[in-house]
Amino acid sequence: MSSDKDQVLSFTRRALVMGGVKGALMLTLVGRLGYLQLAQSDKFKTLADKNRINLKLLAPVRGIIYDRNGQGLAVNEQDFRVQVTPEQTDDLEASLQTLSRVLPLRPQEIQSVLTKARQQAKFLPIEIIDNLSWEQLAAIEVNMPDLAGISIDEGKRRYYPHGPATAHVVGYVGSVAKQDQNGDPVLALPGFRVGKTGLEKAFEVDLRGSAGNSRIEVNVSGRMIRELERENGKPGENMSLTIDLDLQKKVQEFLAREKSASAVVMDAHTGAVYALASSPSFDPNLFTTGISHDAWTTLNTDETLPLNNKAVGGVYPPGSTFKMVTSMAGLEANVIKEDTKVFCPGHYDVGNHRFHCWKKGGHGTVDLTQALAQSCDTFYYSISRDIGIDRIAAMAKRLGLGEALGLELPEERKGTVPTQAWKEKTLGKKWDGGETVVASIGQGYLQTTPLQLATMVSRLVNGGKAVRPWMVAKLDGIDVGLQRQRWPDIGLPADHVARVRAGMEAVVNDERGTAHQYAIKDEARAFAGKTGTAQVRRITEQQRIEGMVPQEDQPWKYRHQGLFVGYAPKDNPRYVACVVVEHAGGSGPAASITRDILSTIQDMRVGDQPVRMPAPVPAPVPEKEKES
Amino acid sequence: MSLFASRDNLGRSGVTSRLGLVPVPLVLSVIALACVGFAALYSAASGDWDRWAHQQAIRFAIGFVGMLVVACLDLKWIFRLAYPFWFFCIVLLLIVEISGVIGMGAQRWISLGFINLQPSDLMKVATVLALARYYHGLQGNEPKHLKSLFIPAVMTIVPVALIVVQPDLGTGLMIVMVAAAMVFLGGAPWWLFAGGLAALGAIVPAAFHFLHDYQKKRVLTFLNPENDPLGAGYHITQSKIAIGSGGFSGKGYMEGSQAHLNFLPEKHTDFIFTLWAEEWGFVGGMALLLLFSFIFFQGYRIGMRAKTTFGRLLALGLITNYAIYIIINIGMVTGMMPVVGEPLPLISYGGTVMISTLFAFGLMMCVAVNRNATLPRS
Repeated sequence: MSSDKDQVLSFTRRALVMGGVKGALMLTLVGRLGYLQLAQSDKFKTLADKNRINLKLLAPVRGIIYDRNGQGLAVNEQDFRVQVTPEQTDDLEASLQTLSRVLPLRPQEIQSVLTKARQQAKFLPIEIIDNLSWEQLAAIEVNMPDLAGISIDEGKRRYYPHGPATAHVVGYVGSVAKQDQNGDPVLALPGFRVGKTGLEKAFEVDLRGSAGNSRIEVNVSGRMIRELERENGKPGENMSLTIDLDLQKKVQEFLAREKSASAVVMDAHTGAVYALASSPSFDPNLFTTGISHDAWTTLNTDETLPLNNKAVGGVYPPGSTFKMVTSMAGLEANVIKEDTKVFCPGHYDVGNHRFHCWKKGGHGTVDLTQALAQSCDTFYYSISRDIGIDRIAAMAKRLGLGEALGLELPEERKGTVPTQAWKEKTLGKKWDGGETVVASIGQGYLQTTPLQLATMVSRLVNGGKAVRPWMVAKLDGIDVGLQRQRWPDIGLPADHVARVRAGMEAVVNDERGTAHQYAIKDEARAFAGKTGTAQVRRITEQQRIEGMVPQEDQPWKYRHQGLFVGYAPKDNPRYVACVVVEHAGGSGPAASITRDILSTIQDMRVGDQPVRMPAPVPAPVPEKEKES
Repeated sequence: MSLFASRDNLGRSGVTSRLGLVPVPLVLSVIALACVGFAALYSAASGDWDRWAHQQAIRFAIGFVGMLVVACLDLKWIFRLAYPFWFFCIVLLLIVEISGVIGMGAQRWISLGFINLQPSDLMKVATVLALARYYHGLQGNEPKHLKSLFIPAVMTIVPVALIVVQPDLGTGLMIVMVAAAMVFLGGAPWWLFAGGLAALGAIVPAAFHFLHDYQKKRVLTFLNPENDPLGAGYHITQSKIAIGSGGFSGKGYMEGSQAHLNFLPEKHTDFIFTLWAEEWGFVGGMALLLLFSFIFFQGYRIGMRAKTTFGRLLALGLITNYAIYIIINIGMVTGMMPVVGEPLPLISYGGTVMISTLFAFGLMMCVAVNRNATLPRS
């Protein structure tokens, strides 16, 4: 039995060894559990949250743009989209076919939905058509019981209620392009829109607001289980403009009488812009949903450039509207004296070069008032070289030409006011005396925008205050416009201004004035101004001898630009307007439109009431995310 | 001769008195484990009792009665049936193998109606029984003789070969481990095991070459799961995230995000420990490990107190088999071992493992009940 005892002893020894091995392994497991759950717990908690939590961005509501009376120019409209959720229907294609009986679908639209359905998870809805009309919406709602998997989704879409009338001021929004990406994650949202032109572009950051987000719990296949937390973003800031929508529409109508024209209407004292229009216009709503290629091509190739804001971005030689600048410079340089008179034979010779007055037979003897009233070129030719280009240019700059004036539109251009130094720098040539002669009547290198010309007149008639045009009055409830109403003085002597204004009054109200036929007869509402006709092509000596082709017989592109700057009432200037009619042949149409604008705005008394922003509508409580 | 031990053998009478000898702590531990299983399965089904827990409870009830019946058997009968049972299991394995060849694809189970029986699970118990029976018959220095290794080798290699070709490498390896433990406890020379371990180190790289592709992938994935986060490494990675994110006190019962959002695969079977550790944290995991340790201790206690070699080897072999299950499963879900697809017995959802495990515990208890019984040498 001793061998049995040995056996038991051996067994006990070996059992203890085995037990030890097991104990060691169990301790290893304890260690491992401790490592994972105690030491590395934070890391794994983060990983688990990464697994289960998806961050969903909530697009902010874009700020609304109002006119001065609180009428919406750029608003957000409810947008209804019809969508289909593949997992909610047994036969996706049959569902779409049924839908197309209510809402006609093209075969390629059905195809694109089917393609998408194969590419993404079955519980994700696929958009079929957006921007449903009320009729379409009603038709789908009524037939909903038969439409398996079909549902209606609601979102916001930018809408411009007055379309073409405000297109150039407000601008439009479009899909996010590569260059718009600036790291704001909201830009990556499907269907997100950013400002492309006008105020929509200039105030993109303010109008956009900031995105909110929703933390949602998802399962392994990405399906939403529940919303954990929601942080509503900050909606975009609303803004109110100094623009008066009713006036704006009228101005747009007046401009539409011509093939291509633009106008700026502003307050001479404050610089507030009451209307700013460019014609022909376009419907900015085309861009929010994605413009068709054909429509885009048509707009882009039209010779009247409907997409361009010609009121701030069109540059034209100012023509005779520049004569106020030359007059003021001449008065300041004491070249034009109290009794300065010039005899106009219809031309003026410098060396062997002859400069022609627009009036073939000449004006006879004219003083400053009549030189302005009849727009005598010879008067200015004769004094121009005594003043000198640099003094003319300095006056032009004081009056707001040759620089971007800071209106809140990205399309604004600065034009050109030439000086001797400018020519040497840009063209590398010395200034020629003859060029001063040409510049004195607003031709040659001079380039101005309608906005600059309106500003020029404003500064002239408001007592020499350096107003700058502006149109954003309130931003997010703050009166940003107020700080823009104290303008520095540019030191225009009152007697000089009085003499120039007398000339401008004569332009309209003197029988001999170039715009006499457009005068407003009512003395209290009478206006003053200046005509301008700018050559597009140089008139050769040959043409003068052979007799000129009448403007209306020339191709549109080669006709003269017609300009008019005016203000009203003439004795107490308040409103300033500048109208440019492209290739009008003469200044008549521009003068006619200016008369109508100044007449209308005086009737409307625009600007009597301060800019009003509608009381903010309390934001609707966001609808609880639908469990999908 | 009665199936239950006769009056004179026990000195006391009847089945009721035998029931009184069943070790109560072990029975309670088994019940506790099963309850952990029901709770975990209820959570795995997101609060649905019928999905898994109900069936599991029925199987446990049947198996539990079976366990107590086996516990009250006369150890002599078990001793006599050890070899026949081994042959019976070999036959079952062959049936599974042949039906697979005939064209039902790789199939590892035989349908018994209420459960699908996997013969490979029973085979583990059968191998332990057969080896215990064999070593019981050796005398004196016989276990140290090399020729005594021949029969145990056959008893091991035949079933392992049949299981590995199923293919089920994991179960095959587990039988090899249990068999090695039995041979060690039976008294085979020490140097054999030292040499065996050394040989293993040399052979493993070579053996790797002969593995199936999916098996190779499992091993490679185990070595570096993050290399392949969406492929084969996904299970291990997600399991580690689940356990780790449970932290000290867990996410709360039925609150395990990894499990309930389906990031965790097989959460009701192989990865049920993960679900438990995610929801109950380090505290819950440790409690379960302590319960397992207590069960191991009970098994050892029964083995050490048995008067016969058969009883000793049987109890220790079965508890070792159970321990291997536990260590491999938890080692796997915590990312310490390759994914071998072994469940956590009594907790994981599954019929065969439940039945074979309760059967094994019944045998262990039988050794305890019959601890003073004597058995013939051959």
